[in-house]
Amino acid sequence: MRVTRVYRFSASHRLHADSLSGEQNAELYGKCNNPYGHGHDYAIHISVRGVPHSNTGRVLNVGALDRYVTERLLTAYDHNDLNRDVPGFVGVPTTENLAIDSDRRLRDAWPFDTAELERVFIQETGRNSFELGKSPGEARKKK
Amino acid sequence: MMLITRRAEFSASHRCYSSSLSEEQNLDLYGERASSHGHGHNYVLEVTIDGEPDPVTGMIVDLKLVKDIINERVIELMDHRHLNHEVPPFDQVVPTVENVAREIWKLLQPGLQFKNANLSNIRLYETNDLYVDYAGEIS
Repeated sequence: MRVTRVYRFSASHRLHADSLSGEQNAELYGKCNNPYGHGHDYAIHISVRGVPHSNTGRVLNVGALDRYVTERLLTAYDHNDLNRDVPGFVGVPTTENLAIDSDRRLRDAWPFDTAELERVFIQETGRNSFELGKSPGEARKKK
Repeated sequence: MMLITRRAEFSASHRCYSSSLSEEQNLDLYGERASSHGHGHNYVLEVTIDGEPDPVTGMIVDLKLVKDIINERVIELMDHRHLNHEVPPFDQVVPTVENVAREIWKLLQPGLQFKNANLSNIRLYETNDLYVDYAGEIS
């Protein structure tokens, strides 16, 4: 069974690749390349897979997941600038790279024996979303 | 293969408390959900069926039939009920969202087996910020 918890944070970013020219950056990223950056209210879905405990009915302690995600992700991202305020962030802070960074941060010290991290899904705006990991269908096929 | 999803809602109350745990452990695991009389949610259920569209009808399955089965087997049973007091097995089993999803699968699965389509997944939202996906895994 897969349990998903949704968290929200607000952050700013500017999309700009140093390896490209100013013109190429403007062409590729458009408004997202504007010099002072801009922000989003992100929603991040963290999905874990496990078996509900026979007595408690829980795959994992949801409060403990909340504390872990707050410590590992939200304190790093929320009300910060993804380009300048997040130590260890690799690459342009696209939401693709944000999903990779989130996955790495969560896996680094993953404390839950009973549940495996299966998916990070980030909604950048109501229109853009990015998914890293397995859909429920893919997870089933692999079994 | 193609997937088709039907959504339904029900409102119910529950209390999550396990007599196998101490008071302190209950509070830690279930938080305020351990309060003695329970509380309620507007649950949202998404029922996903996989199959191939029928060459004649162009449909994987008649969604009206799916709607009726969800209503008869789940909504009529759980909507505006206190799960612990009125909906077995939740007098014995803690009605966490995990366990409610597993019970809904058990109720729906026998009714949603068609010639070219079968129940694939259920997603149950307890709130906007907590949901489970269950596909009938045994363990």
